[in-house]
Amino acid sequence: MSGSRTRVIFYTVAAVISLAGLADATYLTVMYLTGETAVCGGSASCFQVLGSAYARIGEIPVAGLGALAYFGAFSLATFAAFGYARMRMFFALIVCAMFATTLWLLYVQAFVLHAFCRYCLFSAAVTFLLAGIAVAVPPSHQTPDS
Amino acid sequence: MKRYLPFIIVVVVALVTLTSGTILYRAKRPSVLTIPKSALAPGSGAAESMHIRGPASAPVTLEEFGDFQCPPCGKLSDPINQLEREYRPRLRVIFRHFPLPIHAHAREAALASEAAGLQGRFWEMHDLLYREQSVWSEAGDVGPLFNSYAGMLRLNVDRFKKDMESEQVEEHVASDQKRGAALGVGTTPTVFLNDRALAPTNLNPTGLRAAIDAAMKTPPHT
Repeated sequence: MSGSRTRVIFYTVAAVISLAGLADATYLTVMYLTGETAVCGGSASCFQVLGSAYARIGEIPVAGLGALAYFGAFSLATFAAFGYARMRMFFALIVCAMFATTLWLLYVQAFVLHAFCRYCLFSAAVTFLLAGIAVAVPPSHQTPDS
Repeated sequence: MKRYLPFIIVVVVALVTLTSGTILYRAKRPSVLTIPKSALAPGSGAAESMHIRGPASAPVTLEEFGDFQCPPCGKLSDPINQLEREYRPRLRVIFRHFPLPIHAHAREAALASEAAGLQGRFWEMHDLLYREQSVWSEAGDVGPLFNSYAGMLRLNVDRFKKDMESEQVEEHVASDQKRGAALGVGTTPTVFLNDRALAPTNLNPTGLRAAIDAAMKTPPHT
């Protein structure tokens, strides 16, 4: 399989995975806006994480920023899959930022809040997959057809 | 066409996300619960046990449906106590039990508070249960812990143990749950100010204070 084709597959997969993250982050944003995270149906771990000060920056929910990041990753991966070469670098950069943020949020859940929210763990898994793809995607200089 | 396809895909995904987010928001937006006029006054059922702080003449009544094992309720407990002290005698606070089935010990905690109430120490047990929530919530058997709390509050522990198993305290808790269910309460904490439930987004010290201030300025519905 040519490097170009492999890249298309990688970026297409990345776009699809980003959609899963986008759905998750959108759901959490809606929960925040409706106030559901303020009560969390009585769930302790949900409230401890999503009701904490770490779940928002000022009045902006972190999940909302996550939705924007996933949408950005999706858009860049889509453009990269269609051969927009410059978008690959931006895709790698945004995934790098998301990866760093995810590590921070996992640290907060594990060592500060001592509670995990499953939606946040799902989001972390999605970001790790995207990071894996960003690392694994073949660089363009290896293939003559790029 | 292929040149424009990524733009079309991105725009379609953006529109689908915004539309589905809006639909979800509308579906999840909590409906405003209200207490009918006939149910505003304290009930007079034999099983009912009202736990009230503040005078009956207070212009604003805060009625909370709480669960001792629910973390948001625990977090709200101190602010409500503080507001009650601050606004006295213009604010009356009523606590109602609404133990959620997802909490293993919530019902026992409600019974413990009622048993303490039979010895005149409901609010002391209420505060203690919330303060120690993280301790007893994780315990396998809460009985010995609750007995020790009863001892700390200088209750007659033998009577406390007996009362916890009595029909009377069961009925008090059931009566509160029945009232909550009739009003449409589904989760905790649900807080009514006079006849209107507060939105979950207002269930924090700032939101509560603002809502109480607004209720003070609004003439009560008659």
